[in-house]
Amino acid sequence: MGSEATNFTDIIAKLGSDIVKLWQDAAPQYLKGAGDTLLLAVVATAVGCLIGLYCGILQTLSYSKNDFWLKKAVINTTKAFVRVYVEVFRGTPMILQAVFIFFGLPYLTGNALRFDVITAAYIVVSVNTGAYMAETVRGGILSIDKGQTEGAMAIGMNHFQTMVKVILPQTLRNIIPQIGNNLIINIKDTSVMFIIGYAELFAAHKSYVGATYLYFPSAVVTMAMYLIMTAVCSVLLRLWEHLMDGPENFNLATTDSLALTSGMNNYPSGKRRKRWAR
Amino acid sequence: MSDNVILKVEHLSKDFGSNRVLKDIDFTVSQGEVISIIGASGSGKSTLLRCINLLETPTSGVILYHGTNILDRKVKPPKYRSKVGMVFQSFNLFNNMNVLKNCMVGQTTVLGKSKEEAKENALKYLSNVGMDAYIKAKPKQLSGGQKQRVAIARALSMEPEILLFDEPTSALDPETVGEVLSVMKTLAESGMTMIVVTHEMAFAKDVSTRVIYMNDGIICEEGTPEQIFGDPQKGETKAFLSRFRGVN
Repeated sequence: MGSEATNFTDIIAKLGSDIVKLWQDAAPQYLKGAGDTLLLAVVATAVGCLIGLYCGILQTLSYSKNDFWLKKAVINTTKAFVRVYVEVFRGTPMILQAVFIFFGLPYLTGNALRFDVITAAYIVVSVNTGAYMAETVRGGILSIDKGQTEGAMAIGMNHFQTMVKVILPQTLRNIIPQIGNNLIINIKDTSVMFIIGYAELFAAHKSYVGATYLYFPSAVVTMAMYLIMTAVCSVLLRLWEHLMDGPENFNLATTDSLALTSGMNNYPSGKRRKRWAR
Repeated sequence: MSDNVILKVEHLSKDFGSNRVLKDIDFTVSQGEVISIIGASGSGKSTLLRCINLLETPTSGVILYHGTNILDRKVKPPKYRSKVGMVFQSFNLFNNMNVLKNCMVGQTTVLGKSKEEAKENALKYLSNVGMDAYIKAKPKQLSGGQKQRVAIARALSMEPEILLFDEPTSALDPETVGEVLSVMKTLAESGMTMIVVTHEMAFAKDVSTRVIYMNDGIICEEGTPEQIFGDPQKGETKAFLSRFRGVN
């Protein structure tokens, strides 16, 4: 029992020294890898959100039966196109999508259409995230009370204005948790981009262990770096949510003593209500 | 009165599937009229109002707005709706905006007014409904009656020709009904053309210039409040009103 404990202490000590050695050898590569991972994940999630929002608007287009046939045809075709996009990119592995875009496009077009590694990686992750976000946005839009749309239509807004001014801001607030999910998934899943040679954190790990065989110490460091990145993103997203909720109370614009008696300017909301829920 | 016709509804019908909820409705709205539409739930009152604002597409019939059929494909519904205000039973204030923004957004996006102009206008109507102190509040921070007054101000700031009210007090508690009704009364006295679907018989009787009683998808009887409440001709109207006698 005693010798086992000593062994374990020895193991931990060895792991520590291996990690120190690794860090002295290759810290810049790991940090650059982490930076590239984070940049790819953040940019691709943002672009994916824009694609998702746009597809979300397209999927809610509607027509009445009095409309011109061409309008109906255009709307139906657009919706079908969005559905195919979502099903294809949500239904296939991202690692293969990367192969298709990086190797497949030059193959099919006789090298006429080819992207460098970095561009291909950004396109694949963005388009993949967009497919997931399209469904998230559609769900978010469906969750907004129909009265909001009617209120906007009743003052003369068209579909686009209704979406941009009234529905999407509320949708965005409701889907932030899901955007966070996508961001965190992207931080981890961009590791599959090693297939086309994109140098991110996982690639840094692979290249280091290829030279030193320090598999486990490197895995510990890589794992910790992924966890730090995702944890920081989680905290920032919570903060963004909180900012979007706005202040809990409001000030009366005038000091009307009559108005004050009927006011509800201390109505508990946001933070206070959450505290109760805990 | 007939030369100031704003709206003329002819042979309007609306089906939901095989269920015909409006049957061949004809009626006219002239400038300055305050029309109350009364009737039991399910009689088609709200559907009629929603058809007038094109929130529902009528199955057949014609709605003439200053002589133009708004059901014609060439007429853009948003442009027409900007001239016909609507106040809903469930308020439908925009939850992502404060009171002031609620009253400004339509003016800036639909009417193309400048922010300053829209703000000035919004403040004017908000003070008319007694809600100018609450411009920074979000809808969820207001009581029902306050929300409905803001909704009225929002509709007014578009400066519509007609204002449609779809049971504006039905979601309110008895104490706050009064504050909304008094705003509507003031509005009616200022000469606003209004169509009000309501269960408030006192309002229909005292404020409106014409009362329409709807039953089972048709206009059963219409006339001045004195005629409808004092001397109803149809059996259905008498039966409906007798249920309210005890209350009023």
